[in-house]
Amino acid sequence: MSDTQQHSISFVRTETLPEREPPYAASGPVKWMRENLFATIPNGILTIVSLYVIYLILAATLPWILNGVWNTASLSECRDVLDGTVGACFSVLTERWNQLIFGFQYPEELYWRPGLAFLLLFVAAAPVLFFDLPRKLLIFTALYPFIAFYLIWGGTILTPIVALVGFVAAGFFWKNFVARSFALGFFGSIVVAFIVWWLGGFLISDTANENAAMQAVPSRDLGGFMLNMMLGVTCVSLSVPLGIALALGRQSSMPLIKWICVIFIEFIRGVPLITLLFVASVMLSYFFPPESQVDLFLRVVIMITMFSSAYIAEVIRGGLAALPKGQYEAADSLGLDYPQAMRLIILPQALKISIPGIVNIAVGLFKDTTLVSVISMFDILGMIRGPILASTEWNGVYWELLGFAALLFFIVCYGISQYSQWLERRLATDHR
Amino acid sequence: MTTMTDPPRESFRLSMLINDTRYRSMTFQAIALFSLIVAIAYLANNLLTNLAAQGLNIAYDFLGDPAGYDINQRLIEYDSQSSNARAAVVGILNTLLVAFLACFMATVFGVIAGVLRLSKNWLVSKLMAFYVEIFRNIPVLIWIIIIFTIMTAVMPAPRAFRGDEPEATMLFGAFAFTNRGVYIPAPVWGPGSMVVVLTFLASIAGVIGYRRYATNLLYATGKLLPMGWPSLAIFFVPTILVYLIMGRPIGLEYPELGGFNFRGGIQIGAPLIALWFALSIYTGAFIAENVRAGIQSVSKGQTEAASALGLRPNRVMNLVVLPQALRVIIPPLISQYLNITKNSSLAIAVGYADITATLGGITLNQTGRAIECVLLLMLFYLTISLSISGIMNVYNKSVALKER
Repeated sequence: MSDTQQHSISFVRTETLPEREPPYAASGPVKWMRENLFATIPNGILTIVSLYVIYLILAATLPWILNGVWNTASLSECRDVLDGTVGACFSVLTERWNQLIFGFQYPEELYWRPGLAFLLLFVAAAPVLFFDLPRKLLIFTALYPFIAFYLIWGGTILTPIVALVGFVAAGFFWKNFVARSFALGFFGSIVVAFIVWWLGGFLISDTANENAAMQAVPSRDLGGFMLNMMLGVTCVSLSVPLGIALALGRQSSMPLIKWICVIFIEFIRGVPLITLLFVASVMLSYFFPPESQVDLFLRVVIMITMFSSAYIAEVIRGGLAALPKGQYEAADSLGLDYPQAMRLIILPQALKISIPGIVNIAVGLFKDTTLVSVISMFDILGMIRGPILASTEWNGVYWELLGFAALLFFIVCYGISQYSQWLERRLATDHR
Repeated sequence: MTTMTDPPRESFRLSMLINDTRYRSMTFQAIALFSLIVAIAYLANNLLTNLAAQGLNIAYDFLGDPAGYDINQRLIEYDSQSSNARAAVVGILNTLLVAFLACFMATVFGVIAGVLRLSKNWLVSKLMAFYVEIFRNIPVLIWIIIIFTIMTAVMPAPRAFRGDEPEATMLFGAFAFTNRGVYIPAPVWGPGSMVVVLTFLASIAGVIGYRRYATNLLYATGKLLPMGWPSLAIFFVPTILVYLIMGRPIGLEYPELGGFNFRGGIQIGAPLIALWFALSIYTGAFIAENVRAGIQSVSKGQTEAASALGLRPNRVMNLVVLPQALRVIIPPLISQYLNITKNSSLAIAVGYADITATLGGITLNQTGRAIECVLLLMLFYLTISLSISGIMNVYNKSVALKER
């Protein structure tokens, strides 16, 4: 055979050819564009339309932002500087920065206090959010509510200390008695806390706030984005435990407890938050003792906490229902009683499943804190629509202010949702 | 082996209320009931004391009194001499109107964005992801105010339409976008228009009937009738014919500039537009995510199996993918509708006269009947929510996987 080939084939290449570059259209950015932008004719049309839309958006906003004016004292000055060209008057943000962040009544010389509380929030939240950090930091997290309260409201230091002592005493009681009986430890510690607070009430005189080291700031002076942050953080952290309790109550085998929880949850989920805020602003004071003065901030916190706890309860109920029945049976067969089974076996798994849902609710709740502007609290939106837009200097500066508020909310909410996705990946133990 | 008898029944002792799991739940429930009664009694007592101190009582007769305020946006007859109850009804209708419009529009936005986000086109899917993230992460109240500001501060005043070289012109000579709202042509119902409407309704029924007949014929005999163009023909031809035969009874009244404002046509107020649009784009972003999740939940094997059976792409979509995706999409979709209805209460921020703004706003402030107004308001929203979730439960049962 080889002989015949030798005769029939005149030339045989003995060495390999050097590799050639792939065709220009089948590699690099051209290939990517052909596959991802212009795969078919309708696809190509869609790409061109999207490019045009992007161009329109950028053409409308970019010159406006880049040409922005940052340091004038009023809108008319800003218009003079711009001299008819397109541009934003960001100077409203620099000039009214303190009002946007702290509201218009918080004493100016005390701005460092909420500022410090805001910075410490990150320290306090870090060990909760990231498990790799040393667990000792959780002590600071536990102390943070009292520190933040003292920093923001000021007044006598006895108030947060008495509150703290009450919690410490309750925790002490719980630690010593929970081994004997869960119910004794739980209800006993609540009673102990109330006794300590009641006794502590005698320590604090009515005039203690007037000549305290830290000047007292009443709740109605709070405002701006600080108010949104405070409402968001307080209500989320209060509503998670309440939501867990409601979810467990809804799953309970005791009909009375179950129906109380069902009615509460369905009622709250059936009405808009704004009606609950109306309750807080006009109706709730009728239900408190006649001589008591519960301030609006506390009433709003109560209502928003109730609102979000009902939603969180539904998310956790989903998590509880998603657990295989074998987990409940395994806990029973180990001889654990109800509180032990819940604490050690059921809740850790159910909460892990519910994390994305809870974060969604938290983001929604944080966005909903803007609704307090409707019941005339001056949060950031209330500040923009009220004092700032009504002032003679800045009457008519809509986009800069609304854009700034939107940007703040976007940063916080997008950050939280990115964290939740990271946490989901981190907690995924199902080795898929 | 006669010794295997039940242990002697223990007589009930008081300590069993705490130690025996059979009785302990009774104890807990008794404690819960007791504390509930105490709490309610305490709150009721406070309420009565406070009301007595201010010389108030709980009564609903204020609903019959004249409201004394005007409402611009209304679907039924109403003037300032009408009763508070009628103002509340106007508010209810306005709530339902904006909720319905926004549900429709949000579904359109959401489905388009959700499908496009799954597009193989990189630019389009990124653009849709951008839309979803931007709108989901910014409070809806800010969006309502932004769009309201666009409507009132950016749109030209009616007088800009005046003169030989006006600064603003009407779109197609029929739509005027002004800072007092949008003016659109209004239909004028002449004599005989009823016949046209009835014909139209009958032809819709005809389309449904024809499609059902064709499907039944297909399943019974395997014979395939064309669907598309006969449906279109039944939908349009009879109505247009009757419209022409009856001598064009339905006309359009175009808005015209007269005095300082537009006359004629239908005025859609800026608050309604702001609320409608903001709720639509905001909720549309959420619906887009639901739609995307629903489509992605149908495994690729289903599509491939359907193609392997020889179904054409549109049939794969209609017969295999959509029925399975809808099972995932519809429950969250309905809860988004519920959210729209509840969020429409933000109307009060832009002055749209929904139930929250009439009953919970002006009526409450004028009569001082805070408790009654807020209770009625909650009752209304509860009724809506519970009836929608009731419908949803029925639907969920009907599409639940029939497991054996």
